[in-house]
Amino acid sequence: MKRLRMIGLALAAVLLAGPANAEELTGTLKKIKETGAITIGYRDSSIPFSYLDDSQKPIGFAIDICYRIVDAVKQELKLDKLAIEFNPVTSSTRIPLLANGTIDLECGSTTNNPERQKQVAFTNTHYLTATRFVSKKSSHINSIDDLKGKTVVSSSGTTNIKQLTEANAARNLNINIVPAKEHAESFLMVETDRAAAVVLDDVLLASFVAGSKDPDTYVMSKDAFSKPEPYGIMLRKDDPAFKKVVDAATAALYTSAEGQKLYDKWFMQKIPPKGLNLNTPIAPELKAEFAHPSDSADPDSYKAM
Amino acid sequence: MNYHWNWHIFFEPDPSGAGSYLDMLLWGLLLTIETALCAWIIALALGSVVGVLRTLPSKTASLVGFVWVEFFRNMPLLVQLFIWFFVLPELLPPSWGLWMKQMPHAPFYTAAIGIGLFMSARVAEQTRAGIGSLPRGQKLAATALGLTTAQTYRYVLLPMAFRIIMPPLTSEFLSTIKNTSVAITIGLIELTAAARSMQEFSFQVFEAFTAATVLYLLINIVVVVAMRFLERAIAIPGYITGK
Repeated sequence: MKRLRMIGLALAAVLLAGPANAEELTGTLKKIKETGAITIGYRDSSIPFSYLDDSQKPIGFAIDICYRIVDAVKQELKLDKLAIEFNPVTSSTRIPLLANGTIDLECGSTTNNPERQKQVAFTNTHYLTATRFVSKKSSHINSIDDLKGKTVVSSSGTTNIKQLTEANAARNLNINIVPAKEHAESFLMVETDRAAAVVLDDVLLASFVAGSKDPDTYVMSKDAFSKPEPYGIMLRKDDPAFKKVVDAATAALYTSAEGQKLYDKWFMQKIPPKGLNLNTPIAPELKAEFAHPSDSADPDSYKAM
Repeated sequence: MNYHWNWHIFFEPDPSGAGSYLDMLLWGLLLTIETALCAWIIALALGSVVGVLRTLPSKTASLVGFVWVEFFRNMPLLVQLFIWFFVLPELLPPSWGLWMKQMPHAPFYTAAIGIGLFMSARVAEQTRAGIGSLPRGQKLAATALGLTTAQTYRYVLLPMAFRIIMPPLTSEFLSTIKNTSVAITIGLIELTAAARSMQEFSFQVFEAFTAATVLYLLINIVVVVAMRFLERAIAIPGYITGK
């Protein structure tokens, strides 16, 4: 009997020891400490956020931000060196690879919205984008209403095609909406006249126009289908210790002068590999968000100062 | 794994407002079946003709058959669909090209015809193999009876050949169904595209693709069972496929 009680006490002690030790690392931080490596998920063609340069190395605005996050993690864990591994992701693989631990951060152009927050967490917003359309100048389409009765393309499964569908129904425009598999194919549809206009995030449209054979042929709409929506870097849900480090690192970057400098590097100057210049000055809403970083998924929470 | 499972997602409304996610997948399934059936009809019709051409005594005919088969089977299906959809209209006179581009349901027609042509090369090879597997004596006997070449094929060779190649044709039909998933690249919202679209909206990637897998399995099982009955009904006694 006495021995049983002893065992019971020992068991209780073991069980209590776990949670009692508050300094114990959990989740992603623990994994990084144990393996000495952090894995970044990148996209291969999300210009200028996350893409491959001519030597097949991932570069971009979001990748640069992730380098800062890695530095902060390294400091937090007091590691001498931390290896960075890169793993390519697509819009279909980013969730499973993040969930099963293949990647620790997804650095790309993923829209932060409430549905997605049920599955993953987002750090502070690094870009705001609205849904707009691009058409050829020769077709003289100036407003959303001019799209009436035309064939319009967007990428399937995006928030863009959803907003296009809603606007079509609400304004009774009778648009023939054609879904394409990928952004590049959506743009190709307009380039080859299969569609009169392409509806996507404005920043993606700007990069496609800048990269096309003849950028002067195209015009971006003034009208937007949506309020500016936030892009965020994705991390695993329910990992508050890691999120805290990542949030602190991104907030420190955005509020410092570095944030604006990094923005200008990717959006106002020539970027590799082809020397494109997106020429997109920082929007007032994003400037305000950089001053007060936020990870909100609500477009209404982002206002110009 | 840090993943939030939610099997009720199928009954939640999809953001395009047309119905639930399940409806979206079922519409995709319907389009997959329609595309596969159209493509299979084209593949079977053209494949039989080309297969016969390859076995004819005429050198020209067998050359035509040879070129057809090698052209369609040596290029990846993905590349072929891309060529039909994006490249062909640019090569035609502008007014024809524009007509092709502005045709409603262009992805559906392109996919049905493109997959049909790709599969026709495979059906042609099966047909040729079926005819080739018959003893030479059958053709000689038909000629000796005074049948013309057309009559020989119609009454002697083809009825035998088709019944012999039934089992491989079943596989080709199943391939046709699965190949429709490639049409996602030209914007056809078939089953794979619907599953993809569902996961992008809801982020429930495993649920979406599990459902797609189950649906693909179901249609293929239906096809396999139906073809087994057909194979048994028309099997030639004494041949490998007969009982």
